[in-house]
Amino acid sequence: MATIRFTRNIQRHVECPVREVSGATLGEVLDAYFRDNERARGYVLDEQGKIRQHMVVFIDGELVRDRDGLSDPVESKSIIDVIQALSGGNE
Amino acid sequence: MSDRCYLATRKGLFTVDRRVSKWSISRATFIGDNVTLVMHDSRNGNLFAALNHGHFGIKVHRSTNGGETWDEITAPQYPPMPEGYVPKPLPFFNKPLDWALKLIWGLAPGGADQPGLIWCGTMPGGLFKSENNGASWELNRPLWDHPKREEWGPNGAEWPGIHSICVDPRDSRHVSIGVSTGGVWITKDAGKSWTQTGGGMRAEYYPAEQQGDPNVQDVHCLVQCAANPEVFWVQHHNGIFRSTDGARSWTEIKDVKPSVFGFPVAVHPHDPNTAWFVPSTKDEKRCPTDGRVVVNRTRDGGKTFETLRQGLPQEYAYDLVYRHGLDVDESGNRLVFGSTTGSVWISENGGDSWQTVSSNLPPVYAVRFVKP
Repeated sequence: MATIRFTRNIQRHVECPVREVSGATLGEVLDAYFRDNERARGYVLDEQGKIRQHMVVFIDGELVRDRDGLSDPVESKSIIDVIQALSGGNE
Repeated sequence: MSDRCYLATRKGLFTVDRRVSKWSISRATFIGDNVTLVMHDSRNGNLFAALNHGHFGIKVHRSTNGGETWDEITAPQYPPMPEGYVPKPLPFFNKPLDWALKLIWGLAPGGADQPGLIWCGTMPGGLFKSENNGASWELNRPLWDHPKREEWGPNGAEWPGIHSICVDPRDSRHVSIGVSTGGVWITKDAGKSWTQTGGGMRAEYYPAEQQGDPNVQDVHCLVQCAANPEVFWVQHHNGIFRSTDGARSWTEIKDVKPSVFGFPVAVHPHDPNTAWFVPSTKDEKRCPTDGRVVVNRTRDGGKTFETLRQGLPQEYAYDLVYRHGLDVDESGNRLVFGSTTGSVWISENGGDSWQTVSSNLPPVYAVRFVKP
C-alpha cells in the first residue's frame, strides 16, 4: 500500500492524516483516500478531478506528470506527498 | 437604519457596529484568509462568506448566528463537459475555458417568496442557484449553454464573470445580471430563458463598428432601485449608464467630473434619481484624481452631480474602490465604502460627510450593511 502525506497547511482547513491506501495509479490512490474524506478532495483537486493549479504532488520524490488525468503509476511502497506550490499565494 | 456592516478583505472578515454615533470594528474572523465576498440574507439572518484560498480553491462558509461561528458549506461546482464538446477559445486569450470555479463574484438572496433561494455569480461565467440556503448549488444551464455566453470576454482577470444580481422586488422570477465582460442579461421565468439587453451602451475599447455590441459591454456594477425597479444604474468600464425601462435600453451619462471611470455604484432604495459613485481617474490610471478621495452623488437622475469630500482624504490618497466596495442601507442615509489600501468610511447623511472607520485594514473587496 502507498503512503500518502499532506502539507501541514491544509490541516488548518480540513484534517488530512497520513494514511496507507491501495491503488495502481495516483488517481486510484487519491480516490481511495478521499472516499473517506470527501471535503479534502476539493482542497486538492478541482471539480473536474484535476490537481489544483497551485497544488503539487510528488510520488517518491518525483513531480507528478499527468496533473489532469492522474495516471502516474504508484508502487506498493510508494510515498505520495501532497503539498502547496510556491505559486498561488496571490501576493 | 442599519447599525452593522461587514467588510470582506484580503486578510479576513470584519464586523463593524455603530455605538452611539461612532462606528468601530467589533469582530475579526478568518484572519489571514482571503475573503472575497460577504452576503447577509435579510430573510433569515444567514451570513455567507466566500474565501479564495489560492492553493486550496474557492470555499463558502455560512453563519446562522450573526457571525459568531461559521461552517464550511458546499461551494458551487461546474459540471463535467459533455462528451465530445469542444469549447470555443476565450476571446483575446485564444484558449479554451476551464469548467472550474475560479471566483465567487456575486451573491444575492432570492425574493421574499423564495425562502432558501440564493443566486451566486462566478468566474468563469456561470450563474449558480441554491434552493436550500447554500447546502447545494446548481449551474443555470440555459444561460451557460447560451451560444453568446461562449463569446463573453475576460476583464481584469483571465475569465469572464457575473458580479451583479438584481432580483426584481415585484416578481422574484425576474432577475437581471451584470457580466464583465458580457453586458446585461434578464430572465423573467426564474432562469429558464435569458435575454440580453444593453442597447445604448458603448464600449470604447472596441473597434468603432463593434462598440454597440451588447455582448462586449464591460459592466462593472449593475444596481436596481427597490422603490422603482424600472430604474437601473450601471458603472461601466468607460462610463455611467442609466435605464428607466427595466434595463432594456440605456442612456449614457456624460461629462461627469472628476471622472466617469470607477467600479461601484449604489442607488437610493427609495429614490431612483439618487445614486452614488466612487470615481477613479481613468482605466489606465486607477486612483483618485489628484490624490483626492471623493464620492459623486446625483439626485436628479444624472443631470447633475455633487462631488462629496467632507471627511475624506484630500491629498496623497490613492484608494481604489472595487465593485462591491460601496453599499447603501435601507434608509438611503447611511453609506459605507472601503478601499484597496484598507480605508473604510461611513456616512450617516447620504454622503454629505464621512467618518473614518479604519485606515489600516487589508485591501477591502466588499462591504455590506445588515438590512432588515
